[in-house]
Amino acid sequence: MTPVARAVGVTRRFGSTVALDGVDLDVGSGTITGLLGPNGAGKSTLISLLVGLRKPDSGTVELFGGSPQDAANRTLLGMTPQETGLPATLRVGEVLAFVSRHFANPLPAAELLGRFGLDGLAKRQTGGLSGGQKRRLAVALAVVGRPRLVVLDEPTTGLDVEGRRALWDGIRAFHADGGAVLLTSHYLDEIENLAERVVVVAGGRVVADGDVPAIRGLVALSTVSLISAELPSLDGVVRSRREGDRWELHTADADALVRELVRADVPFRALQVRPASLEEAFLSITERAA
Amino acid sequence: MALVGVHYRFLLLEQVRIPIALLSSALFPALSLLFFVVPFDYAADPLSATTAVVQLTVFAVMSSFLFTFGVGVADDREKSWDPYLRTLPASAWPRIAGRLLSGATFALVSVVPVLVVGALFTSASMTPVQLLLGLVALFVAGMPFLFGGLTIGYSLPVKVALPVTQLIFFPIAFAGGLLIPPTIFPGWLQTVSALLPSRGARDLVVWATTGAAPDVLALAVFAGWTVATAGLAVWAYRRDEGRRFA
Repeated sequence: MTPVARAVGVTRRFGSTVALDGVDLDVGSGTITGLLGPNGAGKSTLISLLVGLRKPDSGTVELFGGSPQDAANRTLLGMTPQETGLPATLRVGEVLAFVSRHFANPLPAAELLGRFGLDGLAKRQTGGLSGGQKRRLAVALAVVGRPRLVVLDEPTTGLDVEGRRALWDGIRAFHADGGAVLLTSHYLDEIENLAERVVVVAGGRVVADGDVPAIRGLVALSTVSLISAELPSLDGVVRSRREGDRWELHTADADALVRELVRADVPFRALQVRPASLEEAFLSITERAA
Repeated sequence: MALVGVHYRFLLLEQVRIPIALLSSALFPALSLLFFVVPFDYAADPLSATTAVVQLTVFAVMSSFLFTFGVGVADDREKSWDPYLRTLPASAWPRIAGRLLSGATFALVSVVPVLVVGALFTSASMTPVQLLLGLVALFVAGMPFLFGGLTIGYSLPVKVALPVTQLIFFPIAFAGGLLIPPTIFPGWLQTVSALLPSRGARDLVVWATTGAAPDVLALAVFAGWTVATAGLAVWAYRRDEGRRFA
């Protein structure tokens, strides 16, 4: 199947800074791909290339099989504006109608408002919306043209838990209808909750690419947490963190570490063992790539 | 083509929603006429009154072009709404055309009150043909300010664009003879006046509406300003596009 968006060997510099260094990425039709990486990793640059805002220095970028800089290739693309950029004096209905006019067969405004929990707000000026409402309107603008690919840059940054859940539901509904999603996020649980595939970008390169368990498996870390006054140096610990008497030890083999603790006859209590979060996995991958 | 209308209406709405800004820019030239011309005796002489009214219409066009294009474009460039628009399936053209049309509309909105005050409270008069010629001349007269505004808008951040526009606007308007007739200027100011785009713009519209012979040097200088500012505007637009979207 042809990917809806593709980058092949893409390099992009800003002055002497290399923002992207030979990046390959395929976004398959109907998939949810999460782009993960620290600030300055190149995620936003990659997105700006894929949606046609910038040109690569070398390599090729395709959107629906053609150049994203050609307006005709953007008819099936949906993108969110940053919610701070919404024209504050215009009403919700007016902004929706304006964006709709760029598409041949837009979703009816009433349906869209309902789907994103914005009923009854069509006459409200966007400047008078809450942060969550603005964010939902921004995502609604991304899907108004019945796109096949939606690009979401940090879709829920700054939202409360309820707002995030509501937005996730909207994104899942779009995906259930067969739409592809490419999203970046600071929130790892967001990627874990939504994405089928995780692409980790660091230092302008793709350093890992796989499903959520695969990315975790890549480092296969467990977190062993316990309370103890003092710990000796232990063999299997990759990284450790201490807060007062609470220790968090990251290890590839939790069982061996626990046996080691017992053999060393260290007094400890409140032992917990859990799989490492994606954030921890991501830190390790990034450090390894650096 | 239909998208030009869509963007035009959107930009109009955005402006109309801040009525105080719209009112102040629409009424300032007419109020100047009311306070600086109407109470004085040259309001009674048809030729001087007509000239005074015409000068202020040039003032109105100049101020709305400089501010809508200078400050308006600079403001747009700083909002993340602008890059979002570029991801929609349309070229940059409808947005630019819509902005030019909305600027022209607001210029017209500030010209009309001047004409109304002039017709009601002064002895200014012109034939329908002169009025029509005057409007065409006014459009041409606005060009260096349109291009100058775009140059400012595409090259400066809004915090700089606003004071720069305010700073250059008033001296150019005054020395160009848009507020008081240049014929009463001292000699040195006459010379400065002829070198400003506002003077040629004024003479052009006064010529179209009253038949008063323009200062030839001022007209030539005006043409030079128009070409130069057009070149600068294109340069500033390309440079900005290269910085933000290359």
